[in-house]
Amino acid sequence: MKTCLVVDDSSIVRKVARRIVEALGFQVIEAEDGVEALVHCKKAMPEAVLLDWNMPVMDGFQFLGTLRRMPGGEEPKVVFCTTENGIDHITKAMGGGANEYIMKPFDKDIVLAKFQEVGLVAREEETAA
Amino acid sequence: MNSPDYEYLRKLLKERSGLDLSADKQYLLESRLLPLARKAGLSGIPDLVQKLQGGSSALITSVVEAMTTNETFFFRDKVPFDHFRDTIMPEVLKARAARRSVRIWCAAGSTGQEPYSLAMALKEMGGALTGWRVEIIATDLSQEVLEKAKSGVYSQFEVQRGLPIQMLMKYFKQTGETWQINPELRAMIQHRQLNLLQDFSHLGTFDVIFCRNVLIYFDQDTKINIFNRLARQIEPDGFMVLGAAETVVGLTDTFKPVADRRGLYRPNDPRAAAARPAVDGVAAPRVAAMAGR
Repeated sequence: MKTCLVVDDSSIVRKVARRIVEALGFQVIEAEDGVEALVHCKKAMPEAVLLDWNMPVMDGFQFLGTLRRMPGGEEPKVVFCTTENGIDHITKAMGGGANEYIMKPFDKDIVLAKFQEVGLVAREEETAA
Repeated sequence: MNSPDYEYLRKLLKERSGLDLSADKQYLLESRLLPLARKAGLSGIPDLVQKLQGGSSALITSVVEAMTTNETFFFRDKVPFDHFRDTIMPEVLKARAARRSVRIWCAAGSTGQEPYSLAMALKEMGGALTGWRVEIIATDLSQEVLEKAKSGVYSQFEVQRGLPIQMLMKYFKQTGETWQINPELRAMIQHRQLNLLQDFSHLGTFDVIFCRNVLIYFDQDTKINIFNRLARQIEPDGFMVLGAAETVVGLTDTFKPVADRRGLYRPNDPRAAAARPAVDGVAAPRVAAMAGR
């Protein structure tokens, strides 16, 4: 089973994200900030990271930079999931090595579409109308 | 909803839009028409029906639009756009190399996601189309939907469904909470109001027709009629793309499926088409159906 690390300082968001990502077939690990997320990544690289931007201790962007410099840190598909919805943040994140970007609020369809986009989830047969 | 009201609405929709609701679609009707009734200051469906029977043409238009408008998203189903990039356009580039022009029709363009997805796909081809004349005609029954398509303005929610973030960055401009597709892409598309039940021969001939997720709402005779008329608007070496739940098989021999390309069709042998009686089936689906049998 693929693993997805859900990084968000809000326990409510983590809970919602966990439910969605588990339904897509992932095992979920939670982290409250970038530092905690890095600890998990050092132990075992996840296949996916759903990443908030603004968090105490270490924010999502700093985490991303550190992750990408770690051995094997280029492997996980990193999908930002943040209220930072400005084009400047999006550009910065994608330039910093993110694979996709979700602007909150989000739902299952958006997470699914983005996970499909980066190849984490296979596309189903075409959806009938 | 009581059954005379349902029957009345079914008949109205059939006449006005060709929409063929089966007997079990009460929930769909209610879920779409109740908000509309409330907005018009009416208490519910019975009041709405009464008002419609009184002949309120503005209300009739709203009802038809509410029932025929479909949710859509960018690069919906993905596969048809893969066909477009990998199968259709490479052939068109070869076949039209001398003429250097391509005409594309989105026959159910809705709120614009499909024609703009095609425009983006063409842009992604880079220099291959330099010097080409590219026309995308997007038609829809609903004026309201066309206005939205023309504006090219989408909510944050809409741009996250099917649109890769790189495409959003490349082809959209953010204005507050909304995103607008770039003028260059908007200029590639002509939006026109059109009812597929009516004559569309004035649109001319196309190399590619996208006609997705609209025929499913029509009954069999109407489908046949539309296919036969579409066949007259497509180049003999053109392509037609249908929705995932749609097919020509068993309905008409004017198109044939392309092997291993789900949803993709091409016109059949022109000689077979020539043998077909030309029925100007404007709002005459029954006649066309009989002629097609």
